[in-house]
Amino acid sequence: MSIDTETAARVAKLARIKVDPAELPSLASEFNAILGFIEQLSELDVSDVEPMTSVTPQRLKRRVDAVTDGNQQAKVLSNAPDAREGFFAVPKVVE
Amino acid sequence: MLDLSYEAPKPKIIAGAKSDWELVIGMEVHAQVATRAKLFSGASTQFGAEPNSNVAFVDAGMPGMLPVINEACVAQAVRTGLGLNADINLFSAFDRKNYFYPDLPQGYQISQLYHPIVGEGEVLVELGDGTARVVRIERIHLEQDAGKSIHDMDPALSFVDLNRTGVALMEIVSRPDIRGPEEAAAYVSKLRQIMLYLGTCDGNMQNGNLRADVNVSVCAPGAYEKFRETGDFSHLGTRCEIKNMNSLRFIQQAIEYEARRQIAIIENGGKVDQETRLYDPDKGETRSMRSKEEAHDYRYFPDPDLLPLEIEQAWVDDIRASLPELPDAKKARFMGAFGLSDYDASVLTADVTASAYFEAVAEAAGDGKLAANWVINELFGRLKKDERDITDSPMSPEQLAGIIALIKSGDISGKIAKDLFEIVYTEGGDPAQIVEARGMKQVTDTGAIETAVDEIIAANPAQVDKAKQNPKLAGWFVGQVMKATGGKANPAAVNQIVMAKLGL
Repeated sequence: MSIDTETAARVAKLARIKVDPAELPSLASEFNAILGFIEQLSELDVSDVEPMTSVTPQRLKRRVDAVTDGNQQAKVLSNAPDAREGFFAVPKVVE
Repeated sequence: MLDLSYEAPKPKIIAGAKSDWELVIGMEVHAQVATRAKLFSGASTQFGAEPNSNVAFVDAGMPGMLPVINEACVAQAVRTGLGLNADINLFSAFDRKNYFYPDLPQGYQISQLYHPIVGEGEVLVELGDGTARVVRIERIHLEQDAGKSIHDMDPALSFVDLNRTGVALMEIVSRPDIRGPEEAAAYVSKLRQIMLYLGTCDGNMQNGNLRADVNVSVCAPGAYEKFRETGDFSHLGTRCEIKNMNSLRFIQQAIEYEARRQIAIIENGGKVDQETRLYDPDKGETRSMRSKEEAHDYRYFPDPDLLPLEIEQAWVDDIRASLPELPDAKKARFMGAFGLSDYDASVLTADVTASAYFEAVAEAAGDGKLAANWVINELFGRLKKDERDITDSPMSPEQLAGIIALIKSGDISGKIAKDLFEIVYTEGGDPAQIVEARGMKQVTDTGAIETAVDEIIAANPAQVDKAKQNPKLAGWFVGQVMKATGGKANPAAVNQIVMAKLGL
């Protein structure tokens, strides 16, 4: 698989990262280097190896169903560039 | 496995300008999991709180915060799966679905794309005309809900409330087995009913706690059967997905409109584009959500913050053992044990509280059919008039059973029973004592009835002559006797005596 500048631009857009069009060729080439490395890994047959999800034998931690958090409107909103009447206020996004 | 057997309904056919078309519908129903706290945080799920007050830092997507799963959400998903006769996956895992929107502060929704917690199941969807569709469930997965954006509070701004962000949803995905707008609505109703029985979702559509995405396509008659034989989707038309509907009426209207829109495109030589659409209930039409198209590249990947979710078979078995009797089983039992009609059994099992009420009446009165009549026709009607719910019925099942017992024993007539019902409903009290205290007992003493009949006959010689000419007029005498006895005379006895006295 090879990434062209168009795909690089699309990935940047999906990630909401502004990229100067002049930088796209070098970005695409970096992507290709990474993918080339992944392709190298793909040469190994791991069909009968179970994916390792944790380095130590652990079970997913669970919480009990109890309300232990919240009621901190001011804190939640404290980093927002704009907040009004308890809401985050953002530039209009409407379908 | 399902005890009730029905014929499958005929698919809805829409006549186009050139030929007939059939509908094929698959649904994704999002049901809010009934728990106190959210899926991955300890914030409350309570509806209607101050904006942004039910928000933990995990929900707000603050850096460094880690999700910890609420075990009750997992149990509720398993319970729902068992209620839909579905396979439970002891191994499931969470994935990130990436997209940007202001009400999704993490920048991704945690969902289960590759390994859902619940696998294949099925639901019997009755349509009320004696037919029913078996709709296959493909999967149920757990995921986070997003927040709420309000667009009408300021001309230039959208307001965002994260109270709903991170609340657990079950996404119930059906196979494309639904064949018309009515079936789609009936399917959602049935899921809602089952989840209310299970206590896994409160079913409140108005609050958005139950909502549906509907996939609609059209095909030529016969094509769907080929798809079912081969599993090959190329026999079906291109589908469009109508997003986020929380009304059964809108679901039906949207499907109808969308099918006709697609038929018009195809018959005019065009091609239906696979896309996401929104239903506008004011205009009664669907429109494209073009902005979502790009966002469809969700770049799913396993969530590195969460280990796979592994559950034990014994735990699943415990949940299974705690399941209540579900609607289909209850309906079949009501029909079998109490001799109820399909319709009455459906009405009485629609709501779990109503079904428990009926059952208590039927058992105490020892007559299921009479109990069904009185609960459905009198009690439900009376409650509806007062805009009351069965949960705050002023009449207990024991009281209603008491009235029915008095009818059965012949102590009161059907007419008096209705008066008695009203007294017990409004004033309370023990039906038998009221009947005794107020002299409402039916007169079965033939001597007393005969006296009353003699008096009426003696007072109305002209009517007697008419009745002898035309025996149908004897009913007038029965009516007069009932009136004279305050409705307490046994109508059958009165009728018999009137006929005898008139020599008819």
